[in-house]
Amino acid sequence: MPTLPNKPPVCVHGLRKAYSDVLAVDGLDLEVRAGECFGLLGPNGAGKTTTIEICEGLLAPDAGTVELLGMRWETDAPELRQRLGVQLQETQLSEKLTVDETVRLFRSFYRRGPSVGEVIAMVQLEEKRGSRVGGLSGGQKQRLAMACALVGDPDLLFLDEPTTGLDPQARRQLWELIERFKTEGRTIILTTHYMDEAERLSDRVAIMDHGKVISLGTPRELIASIGAEHMVAFAVDGDGVTLNLASLESLDGVRVARCENGGYELQVRELHRAVAALFEETARRGIVVTELRTHSATLEDVFVSLTGRHLRDE
Amino acid sequence: MSEGTAIAQQMRPAAERRPVIDHALVQLTLVRFREFWREPEAVFWVFVFPILLATGLGIAFRNRPADLVKVAAVGPQLATALRSEKSLAVDVLDLASGEQALRAGRIVLLATPAAGGGVTYHYDDTNPEARNARMLVDRTLQHAAGARDPVTVTDSLVREPGSRYIDFLIPGLLGMNLMGSGIWGLGFAIVDARRKKLLKRLIASPMPRSQYLLSFLLSRLTFLYVEVAALVLFGAFVFGVPVRGPIWELALLCLVASLSFSALGLLIASRVRTIEGASGLMNLVMLPMWIFSGVFFSSDRFPAMFQPFVRALPLTAVIDALRAHMLQGVGLSRLGPQLAVMGGWLVVCFFTALRLFRWR
Repeated sequence: MPTLPNKPPVCVHGLRKAYSDVLAVDGLDLEVRAGECFGLLGPNGAGKTTTIEICEGLLAPDAGTVELLGMRWETDAPELRQRLGVQLQETQLSEKLTVDETVRLFRSFYRRGPSVGEVIAMVQLEEKRGSRVGGLSGGQKQRLAMACALVGDPDLLFLDEPTTGLDPQARRQLWELIERFKTEGRTIILTTHYMDEAERLSDRVAIMDHGKVISLGTPRELIASIGAEHMVAFAVDGDGVTLNLASLESLDGVRVARCENGGYELQVRELHRAVAALFEETARRGIVVTELRTHSATLEDVFVSLTGRHLRDE
Repeated sequence: MSEGTAIAQQMRPAAERRPVIDHALVQLTLVRFREFWREPEAVFWVFVFPILLATGLGIAFRNRPADLVKVAAVGPQLATALRSEKSLAVDVLDLASGEQALRAGRIVLLATPAAGGGVTYHYDDTNPEARNARMLVDRTLQHAAGARDPVTVTDSLVREPGSRYIDFLIPGLLGMNLMGSGIWGLGFAIVDARRKKLLKRLIASPMPRSQYLLSFLLSRLTFLYVEVAALVLFGAFVFGVPVRGPIWELALLCLVASLSFSALGLLIASRVRTIEGASGLMNLVMLPMWIFSGVFFSSDRFPAMFQPFVRALPLTAVIDALRAHMLQGVGLSRLGPQLAVMGGWLVVCFFTALRLFRWR
């Protein structure tokens, strides 16, 4: 990677940006290491897009500094634009152009990079090369947007909600593409409000809420940070039957208990002990457990435990 | 530039050599061409519509060779006498239906026998065609009764292109077309790209921003001459509409006109984010010019107190200059006031637009 040794390619310090009525980014610090895929995870309105657009040089921050590849927007904008790949959240490329014409247009802006054919192959749109953009599916359009981000062989790739609005199959296809870029050693910054996307793609994740980073680490570290590896959700039969949260938390292996949609949710360290203890307790009190479900703790659970809200609540 | 940039640049290969076709300006301009040709409606309004309009109006207002004057006579003797004049179309009617035909405008004059071998003419003296009919009918009847002209006259006919309605109309349509395609062509495309966040995506890339605007200019210049040539050649071959001034002056005139309308389009598009907003604003700007600038009738018809306003409109200047040049062969050196109006709009709109322009 042609960046300065020992200097992270992305250094953001004390970033602040207010719109007329809201503080979108509130004193944000970030460092992204060379070659890593860094995820910004948070609900809509958390300030992810504002942050990434400041990094892309599209917005000026009210305060704070952004240093990318050892350069700054104030002094090195043309050079930075040559070396950044950008995919914005809601760009509609011209529907009347073909895939080939669109990529060729973007390719013409960059000093160097792969050929048009190579880029189209990278995003697996060879069969659609001569088709009009207007006739592409959502997933294909998104891959074309990705191609336009890759034409300059960028050192830094910004992807803003790359799979929002796509069907599951198209999302998986895009994830495979992004995983391939990762193996090529590019530094990638990705925003998403899908916890599975952040978990699967990111080497490290910053969880954002209300313009701030509220937690930072590898997905594994973040999940471990809530001190529970599994989640147990259940409901009980009968109207008016309630369980005391404190008594649930006193069960063997249970860390935290919460009420959730008329049922209960437990964060547990050891699944086998907690479930056994739960059944023992409910059997003792003559309560029938229904709809028992368990899953390994996810970033969603991390967000819930940090904020008390779900990622998609907004 | 920081130290990091310098080092990074040493480490990367030099910019590649590439064919002309892959230069940003060429690619951007090609996009403009493609977007235009692939929009059938745009092609229709720019190329087909003005020619259809010219054809329709040209046919409606064509000068018929020796128009016949429609009159009627009560009684066969009068009719026979009148039929000796070839430019009269004479009907024989009774008095009641004659008067009705007169009121309905099917004839302009009714001749009835009067007492003592005399004749009465029924006609509207405020209608020039009726007055003309009265002179023709009267002369024909007097001659039939034996009157002789004391002076011998001969006719030398001059039928000059350049003074018919179609001659007046073609430069008007040309000006209107330059206005429409300049304002729509630039304004619509830019607002559409802003609405789709395409402008934002483009400025996130290293695209040279001035070349984006330049690509509009280059495509406009290309289409401009296709558009002008289509209408001028159509006028010349189908209706014989003349171009009396030098062609290069016409080309220059159209260039300045198109640039000032494009600058106006750029100004309109500098901030608007929706197509509806842009359409409204464009119509607001163009409507007064359609009415006041003399596309279909002379702008001199507006009262004197309106004239300073009418003269200041860019389309008035363009159409006046085109008419003077094409129909009377007036040179550019004598079209200073019109060129000044166009240039003024160009400079003011362009620099205001640059100041106001938003990419997002």
